[in-house]
Amino acid sequence: MALISNGTTILDAGSVASSFKGSMTLIKKLTASSDATLSFVNGASGVVLDGTYKEYVFMFNNMHPGTDNTHFVFNMSIDTGSNYNVTKTTTYFHAAHNESGSASEVEYQTPSDLAQSTDFTRLQNFSNSNSDASCTGTLHLYDPSNTTHVKHFISIFNSSSYTTDPYTLQPFTSGYGNTTSAVDAVQFKYSSGNIDAGDICLYGIS
Amino acid sequence: MAVISNGTTIIDAGALGATVAKGSLIHIKTLTASSSGNLSFVNGASGVVLDNTYSAYKFVFINCLPSSDGVKLKYNFSIDTGSNYNVTKTSSNFYAGHTEADATGFGYDSGLAQSTSDAFGTVGAIGSAADEGCSGELYLFDPSNTTFVKHFHGKVTIYGSNPQAQITYTGGYCNTTSAIDAVRINFESGNIASGTVKMYGVL
Repeated sequence: MALISNGTTILDAGSVASSFKGSMTLIKKLTASSDATLSFVNGASGVVLDGTYKEYVFMFNNMHPGTDNTHFVFNMSIDTGSNYNVTKTTTYFHAAHNESGSASEVEYQTPSDLAQSTDFTRLQNFSNSNSDASCTGTLHLYDPSNTTHVKHFISIFNSSSYTTDPYTLQPFTSGYGNTTSAVDAVQFKYSSGNIDAGDICLYGIS
Repeated sequence: MAVISNGTTIIDAGALGATVAKGSLIHIKTLTASSSGNLSFVNGASGVVLDNTYSAYKFVFINCLPSSDGVKLKYNFSIDTGSNYNVTKTSSNFYAGHTEADATGFGYDSGLAQSTSDAFGTVGAIGSAADEGCSGELYLFDPSNTTFVKHFHGKVTIYGSNPQAQITYTGGYCNTTSAIDAVRINFESGNIASGTVKMYGVL
């Protein structure tokens, strides 16, 4: 039975009409507590990472490293998390400004990009492990289940970086997973040490 | 008949009550290309809303693939419901690129200066091989406003014809105080072989 108001269908067949609900759906929230990695694997623990949505957004809140001067990185999997080693070509540039006001830059950073590499990709650099320091950001992953195209992604972060000379560092990372296999898992970690704290929320965009 | 719960109106007159929590990113329309010359979103046509219903509109490009190799993504705007896509624009572009052979590029690329030409959504030339193409997004703010110019910004990442990842950030404004009521997306030559463009309203 549908619920119709003034000729407009509000509820029908077990769902709210699309014009009445938002297009951004929270799929899964993971909270770090001294974890080596945080992984979103399609079909596990309520995670959906398939053709249900054509765009997925990961939102990072106050990621805090267990080890100083490390990089927050990610990789993708085509075998539901057995291996995180998708070949990628990426770009990385950042805007930075230190707290003393003595240094600033907008610059491309070749140490932070990848050319046909299966390594993890940097989303953020040189994390400051002071108790009040963290990084936040977003990562958009487009059409991961597509089996024709490569897998495009775009990320923007902001972080408090460098412990001895603290900076605000705004990295811009983008590129593609150079595979036509479906990507069905994504993993995040620091380049060394644990993820001491922080939340990652996965959203599907319908 | 209204649906009222504990004194709160949940549904009335075909709409959710003002105090009912609902999402703020509302899907309006999805267009799928199939050797299409362009994809156009025209207010009032085919279910498209592009007026003062929302304060901002978001267009998401997913795996848009050109039929011609080495072309750029473009877009333009209309103030006459799509009869003409020729709004005067001033825009800026910058990009970061990295080839599969490990060469990099980073910098400003010329935008439009009071031009009615299409705005480039990408600096780089997009590949037309089956697995190539581009993905990204474009925001258009307050298009129906008749006092201010119409600001837009976007970011699109590509798999280039010279195999590379390259992202372009675009910003600018339509230098008109007329309401924008249509948006057209295409490539600088040839068709959109395949791909999806989704349009959202932001409450």
